[in-house]
Amino acid sequence: MNQQATETRVGAPDAAQAATRRNELLWRVAITIGPIVASLAIAGCVLLAVGVNPLTYYAYVVDRGLLSPLGLQQTLTRMAPLLFIASGLIVAFRSGMWNLGGDGQYLLGAVAAAAIAPVFVQVMPGWLALFLSFVIATAVAIAWSIVPALLRAYQGVNEIITTLMMSFLGVSFANVLVKLVFLDPGTTVPQTRTLPVDDRLPRLFDTTVTSGLVLGLVAIIAVHLVMTRTSFGLRLRVVGANPNAAVHGGLNVPGLTLAVFAISAGLIGMGGAIDIIGVQGNVRADWNPAYGMAVIPVVFLARMNGFAAIGFVFLLSVLSIGGESAARRLGVPQHFTLVLVSIVLITLAIAEYLDHRFNEKRRA
Amino acid sequence: MKPTPDRPQSQPPIITLDSVTKRFPGVVANDSVDLEIRAGEVHVLLGENGAGKSTLIGMLSGLLQPDSGRILVDGVETPIRSPSHALSMGIGTVFQHNMLVPTLTVAENLALGGDWWRRPRIAELTVRASQIAQQLGIEINLDARVSELSLGEQQQVEIVRALLRDSRLLILDEATSMLTPKGIEELGALMRRLVDRGLAVVFITHKLGEAADFGDRVSVLKLGRKVGEIAPERLSRLDRSELVDEIVAMMFGRQAGDAAVSIPPRSGNDDALLDVRGLTVARTADAPGLEAISFRVGEGEILGVAGIDGNGQKQLAEALAGQRPVIGGSVLLAGQPLDAMDVGGRRRLGLRYLTDDRLGEGTVRTFPVSINYFLKQIGEAPLWRGGVERAGEIDRRARELTHRYDVRAASIATPIGRLSGGNIQKVLIARELADGARAVIFNKPTYGLDLANTLATRQRIRDIAGQGLAVLLISTDLEELLSMCHRIAVLSQGRIVGIVENGDGAAERVGRLMIGLAA
Repeated sequence: MNQQATETRVGAPDAAQAATRRNELLWRVAITIGPIVASLAIAGCVLLAVGVNPLTYYAYVVDRGLLSPLGLQQTLTRMAPLLFIASGLIVAFRSGMWNLGGDGQYLLGAVAAAAIAPVFVQVMPGWLALFLSFVIATAVAIAWSIVPALLRAYQGVNEIITTLMMSFLGVSFANVLVKLVFLDPGTTVPQTRTLPVDDRLPRLFDTTVTSGLVLGLVAIIAVHLVMTRTSFGLRLRVVGANPNAAVHGGLNVPGLTLAVFAISAGLIGMGGAIDIIGVQGNVRADWNPAYGMAVIPVVFLARMNGFAAIGFVFLLSVLSIGGESAARRLGVPQHFTLVLVSIVLITLAIAEYLDHRFNEKRRA
Repeated sequence: MKPTPDRPQSQPPIITLDSVTKRFPGVVANDSVDLEIRAGEVHVLLGENGAGKSTLIGMLSGLLQPDSGRILVDGVETPIRSPSHALSMGIGTVFQHNMLVPTLTVAENLALGGDWWRRPRIAELTVRASQIAQQLGIEINLDARVSELSLGEQQQVEIVRALLRDSRLLILDEATSMLTPKGIEELGALMRRLVDRGLAVVFITHKLGEAADFGDRVSVLKLGRKVGEIAPERLSRLDRSELVDEIVAMMFGRQAGDAAVSIPPRSGNDDALLDVRGLTVARTADAPGLEAISFRVGEGEILGVAGIDGNGQKQLAEALAGQRPVIGGSVLLAGQPLDAMDVGGRRRLGLRYLTDDRLGEGTVRTFPVSINYFLKQIGEAPLWRGGVERAGEIDRRARELTHRYDVRAASIATPIGRLSGGNIQKVLIARELADGARAVIFNKPTYGLDLANTLATRQRIRDIAGQGLAVLLISTDLEELLSMCHRIAVLSQGRIVGIVENGDGAAERVGRLMIGLAA
């Protein structure tokens, strides 16, 4: 009864409401930026402990990843595959399905593209060859998710375990394919045939940035709009937020589960294909950038919002391009980028907890 | 067996609950409950599932904090902050689900919970434990692994563990649910010895017979409210059958504030709108099945379904709505068979199901109120066009429903989980009654609602029956059924054991059918 008395009837928003909304927005920004600043400080302590001046490191990373023209172009190029992975993860996570098999799906997509594109360009127009290799790479990645998808949809087997295990298998399998099946006989280095630079996706204007970036942006924005604005996206979100409500509401939960796995793995496989036909040109043996695992925290940081994810993917790209340069120059291992991202995630989780406590107190 | 009437009177209460209220999102679990617990008494808390017993125990044992009201320990207002705080004040609880570590021995289990920096004094504990066990006349093998003991023996260990902490009050939550009849008898005798030693025992059960057999004082909970208490001096004067009658009257009888009986008039039309023939559902690991359920509900008729909770009510509702697979029988709406249809198809034809699990399956609590109105219509015109959401149309319709069903929410963008139970229920009712409802299944529609919302919901049901809809009203509140149904079917262990015309004497007949006696 009490609660009801304090709740008011639906009415037009007034000035006071606008002010609270502004305050809430400020709080939201603080709760997002604050942890990042705190993590920079904590990671700085780690750098100090290994004898590197954190300010030098951060300045170098920012310079190489963001400020120098070449670095910025590399950063934007790196974003292309990462955006595809982020969009694939957003679909899965928003639907409450934890596809942690990104690395396997990504590598298999990449290997499929690397196996097909150099052959196809010799027998058909370049655009068609790239398109077909893109589609086949997507199909291969989807195929790799079918077992976890069926197990989850019809047996309720936890997909966290199955996708992770399939990923280990997928990474090894991709390697086997490179070394045994698609090995380029023309070189001594174990790698697939190389797609000539001229046949790869065009670069944007006069830069070295791949046009795959545009495709990545299209993918993630499309995913965001589908998830937030369409009935299909709403169905997926209902399944993710409350599977019982989905059953009660008459949704075909197993069918939607299969669709989610296919879309998620497909998008991640596209990321692998884009990386090959746009940037790398071939797959070297034992190549595994492990982007899938690096993007997971990014998607959480973005709270599974597509637009926010673009920003955080950009940040991750700056850190990883800058971090790779810094690794060569300052001797800080490249994995430090992941250390930094992990610290950000943990501080963000703490911030989330504090935010929750704060809200509870305010409501009480 | 019964105590001498003079003794309990002289004892001041160990614990007093003064108008204690506890709310959970969507439900009022305890509504202004008063309770006094005295030494030397077995105080039985009796009530059906969902009556609020577990919540009450949660508050006594420090797991939950009341939202309002006071808890007095020895007459002094004392919040019970945590389970360890409760233990330190002498309140020991034996929970429904066993809390022993099966791989450890009995002695090791008894030593758990001591100070972590100290070596457990198992030898000393062993001596005390066997003393306590001896005084109570039970035998405990302290060296046995808990996994080797029967459930009854495990329970005795838990009781001894509580007494080791010098408990003055022992709470037994549904203690008999896992015991054999012999075990139950032994537990009864054990409780008697405990209260003879001056302890207070609170015994929670939903079984009427146990309350009559073991209790010195019986308090009856119903839908979160305490609806009656039988004091020891009265209880000792009643014989068992009189006692059972009195408790039945409390559990199922009329309460102050209940709506007056008002059965909506029906036009003479007796065509069966909803026709269920031989509906059969397989039993599952955690749910009873249904055996050849048949009934018909006419236009404008309210058919009640009575029964103790867990006798297949939910399965019946879900099978009708198309949410649960059936293995036989058929369902017809206005002569049209629904058996091949899924949830959405049945809904579009006009068969609606209002779930009793408002937060668990009825809503997505983080979604706004507006979307929650339309969870069963995702993708349908005019709210979606070509699969794309039309936000303006959704908001407009949501505002309209909010207004028409008097939903009190800050805005239609508010996450529905923040609404009170009554308002969530209004959203669900709006959803089910919208756009061409013809037959509506209400599953415990007033469960957990406060009085005002309860009455409003009942009136809403009468109104739609008055408009010619067929209503199947599933409720564990017999009074509710008697106040509005034309006929009442009684469900027991997945079968309809009888259908009673509402009228004089219906209460007694339904009540007897419910507890397994012939009408």
